[in-house]
Amino acid sequence: MSHCHGCSIKIDIPEGARRIVLVGNPNAGKSVFFNYLTGVYVDVSNYPGTTLEISHGRYQGDVIIDTPGVYGISSFNDEERVARDVILSADVVINVVNAVYLERDLFLTQQVIDTGVPVIVALNMVDEAARQGIKIDAALLSQLLGVPVIPTVAVKKQGLEEVKQNIWQARQGHSDPALQKDLDELVNRVGSRGEALLILEGDDAVAARHGLAPMNRREEIYLQRRQRVNQLVHHVVKEISKSAAFGNALSRMMMKPLTGIPILLLALYAMYQIIGVFVAGTVVGLTEETIMIGKYEPAVRSFVGRFISEGSTLGTILIGEFGLLTMTFTYVLGLLMPLVVGFYFFLSLFEDSGYLPRLATLVDRVLTGIGLNGRAVIPLILGLGCVTMATITTRLLGSERERRIAIFLLGLAIPCSAQLGVIAGMLAAVGPEFVALYTLVILAILVVVGTLMNSLLSGRSSDLLIDLPPLRFPRVDNVLTKTFIKSYQFLKEAFPLFALGALLISIFHVTGILTLLQNALAPLTVGWLGLPKEAATAFIMGVVRRDFGAAGLADMTLTPIQTVVALITITLFVPCIASILVIFKERTKKEAALMWLSTWVIAFLIGGVIAQLSNLLGVSSPAQVFTVAVSVLGLAVLVVIAVRLFKKQGVHRNPSSKGAA
Amino acid sequence: MTLDRVKRGQYFKINHIPNEAVRAQAIRFGITEGEWLTCEEVVPAGPIVIRKNRQQIALGRQLAKEIDISLS
Repeated sequence: MSHCHGCSIKIDIPEGARRIVLVGNPNAGKSVFFNYLTGVYVDVSNYPGTTLEISHGRYQGDVIIDTPGVYGISSFNDEERVARDVILSADVVINVVNAVYLERDLFLTQQVIDTGVPVIVALNMVDEAARQGIKIDAALLSQLLGVPVIPTVAVKKQGLEEVKQNIWQARQGHSDPALQKDLDELVNRVGSRGEALLILEGDDAVAARHGLAPMNRREEIYLQRRQRVNQLVHHVVKEISKSAAFGNALSRMMMKPLTGIPILLLALYAMYQIIGVFVAGTVVGLTEETIMIGKYEPAVRSFVGRFISEGSTLGTILIGEFGLLTMTFTYVLGLLMPLVVGFYFFLSLFEDSGYLPRLATLVDRVLTGIGLNGRAVIPLILGLGCVTMATITTRLLGSERERRIAIFLLGLAIPCSAQLGVIAGMLAAVGPEFVALYTLVILAILVVVGTLMNSLLSGRSSDLLIDLPPLRFPRVDNVLTKTFIKSYQFLKEAFPLFALGALLISIFHVTGILTLLQNALAPLTVGWLGLPKEAATAFIMGVVRRDFGAAGLADMTLTPIQTVVALITITLFVPCIASILVIFKERTKKEAALMWLSTWVIAFLIGGVIAQLSNLLGVSSPAQVFTVAVSVLGLAVLVVIAVRLFKKQGVHRNPSSKGAA
Repeated sequence: MTLDRVKRGQYFKINHIPNEAVRAQAIRFGITEGEWLTCEEVVPAGPIVIRKNRQQIALGRQLAKEIDISLS
């Protein structure tokens, strides 16, 4: 990495190996190229200073490096900064371009060409473009750009081999003559043409590396580049027909509340049927109960038991109730993996079809109220699968402020699928009025806490600004590849955390801290929440795994209102130990600790308020339960109004800072 | 007027996008100041969807309020 100053990605580059970098807009199909070129041996490394991960792999003695999908390179967000640094250090760039979206994608292509690195363009999804009546003259495009252009259909493996054969045919392309002249002048001072370009485009970070002031010519260069690209597109594209009428009508229906909400409900219902019923029931029943608990755990216990007694301290830690070798594996492989795969499958389906950005548009209004924008719908939905997975996904949000809000809401009020299963089972036993009460309280907490955070946290959340790719029928191979990659990456990242969590709990167990906590909580459980003393155990178990807590409650004999109070408390109670560890990893220690403690306070506070309210108002008839629900709603509305008023008075003291999503 | 007041189907010209980051991102998406665009959809109290050729972009309501446009 001798020629790469300032960028410090930790990748082992063998002596003499060249760096082949894959670049493209989001969803251009880079991952298929990456997998094709590298095969199975892929390393993922964390990019310094960000939470982003960069995949890289070997290719015939050289190294292939993937970059995050971006629309351009500069310093707008972490993705762009990472892409920028990796591109600046590249020996050759393979630029994957979506043929359907030439006008948008070629902006990045031209920018990469302007950095002076040799480029080869894979013109991907030409079949899709042809279906939409777009015909592209690849030879002419190649001539105009000054770099090789190879038409491909990556998911069908068409053109991949040709790209592979031609990597070293990559050339420095043509730039605008005037820009070229300015660059040549600056190159003499900074040594690298790519860095010269970014300094001209006003990139502070790159300018600072050379001790220069950024030159503020971004606007001018961007506009000029945009014009150049538009002309290119004008020359090479022949549109024969425009038959996107159905797609357009459906697209609108997805975004308008009147039709969009039923479509969303339908999609959620399909998810529920497949993930909630089929995966969580049938598949997990097989993987967790039959395979892991039925076969794997006894095998491990008897094997390890030959060397270490199960009753000893080490035995408890390894193969006890929360054992590293027993619970961690059963949980991650038996329970979590099928669910995570299910959720990522739907996410990939929504993403590949183009539904996701439309869903973000539909829910944007609602989410801006709690300081998020439409994009936050992704982690919120994933949270219903696994809060740990969703917490990691908040990386896609536009600002730290939004991540803070989203992560806290996920930890507080979104029950994960494992917990939902037990909750649904317990709610089935009480009357519908109690189910309504539970749902109402959780939703009210989500809204009130979100509104509070939005009002009290300084700064401003970013606004929605997303492009809506054309709707299309999702491609099975694409969806499966994405599902596999995302599930694998998540499990790889989360597994050590689950193991660490299990270790911590075993230590608590062995040292007696767990019992101590259970006893300490008892007065709160009985006096304030009106629950039996044993409920404290369930809460403490909830620290380990949220569903353990809920399952502990399921074994007790509770009145309907006790059930509701207990479920509300356990839902709001601290996220599972893996989620907490992810929160500690993603946020600062102080912030994570504060979040964790807040969930304790809020859970017991709200649970207690509901218990006391029902005591006061009675819950023996549905009408009385209804009164309790209305009072909760009234309280929630009061808090929101109070905060809004408070915010209005303080608004002049808070200068806003903002960025784009 | 500002972009949040546009109606579905209207043809309009983008005069000015004050936020620098948004302006740069819009250029990358193919939308520049001075350009004529169509309003594809207005989500009630929510985002505005604008279109140029095949490119469609959704902008949050708050952002739309800051963007100056004029109708034909």
